[in-house]
Formats: sequence, C-alpha cells, structure tokens
Amino acid sequence: MTAASEQTGLPAPGQIVLEARSITKRYGHVTALDNANLELRAGEVLGIVGDNGAGKSTLIKVLCGAVVPDAGQVLLDGVPVHFHSPLDARKLGIETVYQDLAVAPALDIASNLFLGRELRCKGPIGSWFRLLDKRRMKREAKREMDELKFHLPSIGSAVENLSGGQRQGVAVARAAIFARRLVIMDEPTAALGVRESGQVLNLIRTIRDRGLPVILISHDMPHVFEVADRIQIMRLGRRVALTTPKRHSMSEVVAIMTGAARGDEQPRSPDPNPNG
Amino acid sequence: MAGKGRSANGATLESAVAVNTLAKMNRGGPMLGRVLTMPTFGPLIVLLAFCTVFALTTHTFLAAGNLSLVVQQSVIVGTLAIGQTMIILTAGIDLANGGVAVLGTIVAGRLVNEGHNAGLCLLFAIVLCTVVGLAAGSLVSRLMLPPFIVTLGLLGIITAATRLIAQGGAFPVTDDLLSWTGNTLNIGDTAITYGMIIMFGLYTLVWYLLTQTAWGRHVYAIGNNREAARLVGIPVQNRLLSVYTFAALLYGIAAWLALGRIPNADPNALQNANLDSITAVVIGGTSLFGGRGNIWGTLIGTLIVAVLRNGLTLTGIDPLWQDLVTGVLVIGAVALDQISRRRQR
Repeated sequence: MTAASEQTGLPAPGQIVLEARSITKRYGHVTALDNANLELRAGEVLGIVGDNGAGKSTLIKVLCGAVVPDAGQVLLDGVPVHFHSPLDARKLGIETVYQDLAVAPALDIASNLFLGRELRCKGPIGSWFRLLDKRRMKREAKREMDELKFHLPSIGSAVENLSGGQRQGVAVARAAIFARRLVIMDEPTAALGVRESGQVLNLIRTIRDRGLPVILISHDMPHVFEVADRIQIMRLGRRVALTTPKRHSMSEVVAIMTGAARGDEQPRSPDPNPNG
Repeated sequence: MAGKGRSANGATLESAVAVNTLAKMNRGGPMLGRVLTMPTFGPLIVLLAFCTVFALTTHTFLAAGNLSLVVQQSVIVGTLAIGQTMIILTAGIDLANGGVAVLGTIVAGRLVNEGHNAGLCLLFAIVLCTVVGLAAGSLVSRLMLPPFIVTLGLLGIITAATRLIAQGGAFPVTDDLLSWTGNTLNIGDTAITYGMIIMFGLYTLVWYLLTQTAWGRHVYAIGNNREAARLVGIPVQNRLLSVYTFAALLYGIAAWLALGRIPNADPNALQNANLDSITAVVIGGTSLFGGRGNIWGTLIGTLIVAVLRNGLTLTGIDPLWQDLVTGVLVIGAVALDQISRRRQR
C-alpha cells in the first residue's frame, strides 16, 4: 500500500531480491528456456533484451507466476518460492505491468488504481453495508500520483479520456502502489509514442528511486539503455551476457543478441546458428 | 477532454498549473455543466419531451390517475430491466428473463390453487427463479458459454417447462398475499401500488450495489475490459455467477409484481418482456457492449416506452406507431453509444 521506502528491513542496495536458477521450460519439442538464470538486485532497473523467441517472455511469465517451469528454482530474498498463478506472486509483493494497457477505460483513475483492492469505509458501514470509501481512495490515489511525480488531469476523470501514455501511467502506478518487493514490466512502452514513452520511463526511474527494483522487458533498445542499470541479454532460451549501458554500446548488445558476437556467458558448445 | 489530457503531458510547471486549474473548474463548475454531462441526461430529455407533447395534445395525460397507470404498467418490465441492466453491464444479455418470471407466476399460481400455504408458494417460486439464474450463471461463468446462447436455450426450456407445469391452463389467483403488490396506497388522487414501491426500492438497492460497493465496480470493470479485470485479481467467474443469480432473484420478485398487476397466472403472458427489458436498458443509455451505463437510465427508459404507449393511446393514434417510435429510439440510442465509443478510442 504505502511506499516501500517507508518500510523497514529493506535489503541493502545490491543485495539480490529475486533470483532465478537454471529455469527450463519446454513446450513440446520447443525449448523456450534452457537453464536460464536471472538476478535482480535491490535498487536497480534490470533490462532484459533478446530477439523474438529468445525466451524473455517465458522467463518473465515464470517470475510473475503465469507459467510453471519444468525445472529450476525461483528465490525471493533467498527463499525458494513456488508460484502457481499470478495471484501467488502478487501476494508476495510482486506486481506485473502488461503491455496491453490493463485498465478499465470507462472507470475513473482512482477506481482503476484501486480496482480489485477497493477501500471500504471504516466501521459497520464498511463491513456490513460494504460502502466504498471513495473520498479516501481519491485522496490516496492523488497522493500516490503526486509522489510518483506523474501529473494527470482530475483523478475523477475516466481513463478513456487520457492519452495512451497516461493510461499506461495509471497501470504502472497501480503496480508501484501495491508492489512490496519488485515490479515486472513487460513491454510497457510498446503501444506508446515517443513522448508518452518518456513519461513511462520517468515513472520507472521514480519507482526505482523509491526503493522498488524493476525488471524491464523491452524490444526498444534506446528505452532499455535510457533507464536500465544492468542489461541481461537472452539468446536461445538462456542468458548469454550481463552488461551495463556503459560497458557495451547498443550495437554491441544487438550483436550479442543476434549471435553475431559472443557474450560472456556464451555456452561452450558451438553455436547452432552462427550467422544469426 | 482530449485537449485537457494533452495539456498534462509534459511534467512542466506550467502544465501542472494548467491541470490544477482545469481540475478546479471541473469540480466547482457550473451546475449546468454537471447536468449536461450526466449519463441520464439524454434519456431524461426524451422522457420530458414526450410528456410535454402528450400534456399539450391530450387533456388526460397529466391526470394523477393516468400517470399512476403509466407507472403501474411499467412495473413488471421495469423490474426485469434491473436484472437485464446488471447483465448487460457485464457485456452479457438475458433473453430468458420474461420466461423466468412467467415460470414463477405459474409455479406459485398452481401450488396455491392446490391449496398450499401462499407464503411458502411465493417463496418457493422466487427461490426456483433464483436457482434457474444460478444455472444460467454457472454456464456463462464456468463453461464460458456466450450469454446469448445460454439464455436463448434457457428461454426455450423454461417456456416448455412452464407450459408442462400449467397443463394447458391458467391459474386465477385470489390469494391476498400473491396479489398484494397490486394493492394501492392513496395519496390524494394518486394511487401508488405496493408493486411500485417495491420496484423503486429495488432500483435504489441496485443503484447502491452498482455505484457504492466494490462488487459494482467489478461488474463495470468486467464488462469494460474482462482481461484487465482478471489481471488485477477480480474473481471474474464468481462475480458473473452472482450477477446472473441476483438478476434471477429480481425476476422472481417481478413474478410477484405480475400477479399483483393481473391476478391470473397465464403461461402466455409476458411474451415480449425479454425484448422490452433490453429496449428499456438500451434507451436508458446503457451500452450493449458492457461496462457503461446507469441504473436510473434504465428506469427512465422503461418510463419512456410506457409514456409513449399510454400517450399514443390517449391521442387515438394507431398503436403501431408506438412500436415504430420505440424502434427508432433503440437504434438511435445504440448509434449514439457507438459514436461516442469510437470517438473515445
């Protein structure tokens, strides 16, 4: 509910928050993930890049509970966890933002932020008559949006009256408000224009600075280089390199991604498709 | 609206100030602006326009007795339309609601005529209707069958079952409890039936549920974007099941109101009630695509159809014109909805 920075017992920066060890997932004859690893550290934005079919989507689905892996382990704060549905992951404080603008357009901003987690009035009015505390939801929604430095028109206006960037901002803000451990974003800027993407990227930085680490999956290399602290490059179902925007240039990352160059963690076995 | 949204795009100081000003204007704006943006404004204007026309062209339309009659005539469809509104808000549709209500009247009528306790018969009939809704809701929510098909099939099953139970006859109801909803409470010249009071009570209850509780938010969200509702953790299946079951409970109550209006349980009654209730919902401004609408709009929609029928009869115009005008209104309402949805995309 409240900002993670207000919580005590936050891991020191750099400590591993979420870890995936040797995750394997097969669909029939297709190996989507082949011993894939991932470590998300406190206070960072971890970008995940890879060509189509590199396994980044499947890895994310494993981390947010949408897919159960065939083998491997997921650890949250060093403790093994088993997600059977996205609800399991959410209960442990992992929120996911999907690319296809998961909002209810006819409802207002405050209703969307609290959708599925509505606040009721205190006392018997709330518990017996289930009366919503609309004023408190509006107030808290406004406060959260202010804290995230995301400016919107009246918090009572319908989401369908917002631009695409503002809508995605609402979805991102909802995740940020309710996440306690980390936020996963699956192509959050895919449907957005340049300026609108900028708004969402700003939001991602704000969330990280408030103390929540972020996993960002994106096709858009400039976006990843703009906000990511570290970049994990996926290829053929596994991590082939872990780098930072300073160490490698965009074209080098693309080369590793497509197999034209070798990553640090490239498997020893000869690449089945060296020309990528 | 679009302009306002764009002005907030930049996170600059000016735009933040502009947004603040706009927000303030929005909140403390003139009364007229708020009335104009009310979702029930359009239907209300249509209702008032028809009332004005009939008040000017006839001497009897505005008489208290006539207005009371108009409301009495809309009590059954008006109550069925409450359930229909909830279902349409979830992007569903109910073609069986009239059939379910008739089943209720026949079951109650036959059991009472066989000499059973009237209160228990009524309770049994209402519970039976609710169970039918539970079955429809299960098919829609668990098996993910399209509501149109489920309720179309259900309409056939229910209609046949009702005729089998009726054994080819009708059941005149003389019991006081079963016809109680037709009794009147006179305030001056105005006759108010208990059925009207029940209907208004149900509208108020459903207004509360839809707008003041989390359940209502979920109903709108499911109709608006079902996938998003699922992703944010709303128990979509349970909500759908509750909507269909609750709607059918209202149909059971509508059966009681029907017995108060005409104390004769007839398997051939309410043949077009399903379509009439859809008409009322659509004219009232609720979107057939789900997620948008207002329960008071449905009440106004019901009254528009009733006023039209009553007024045209009083003016001596061929009642076929009523169907024609209603058809135009339905298409007009859906066209308006479609246009506004397209503009917002």
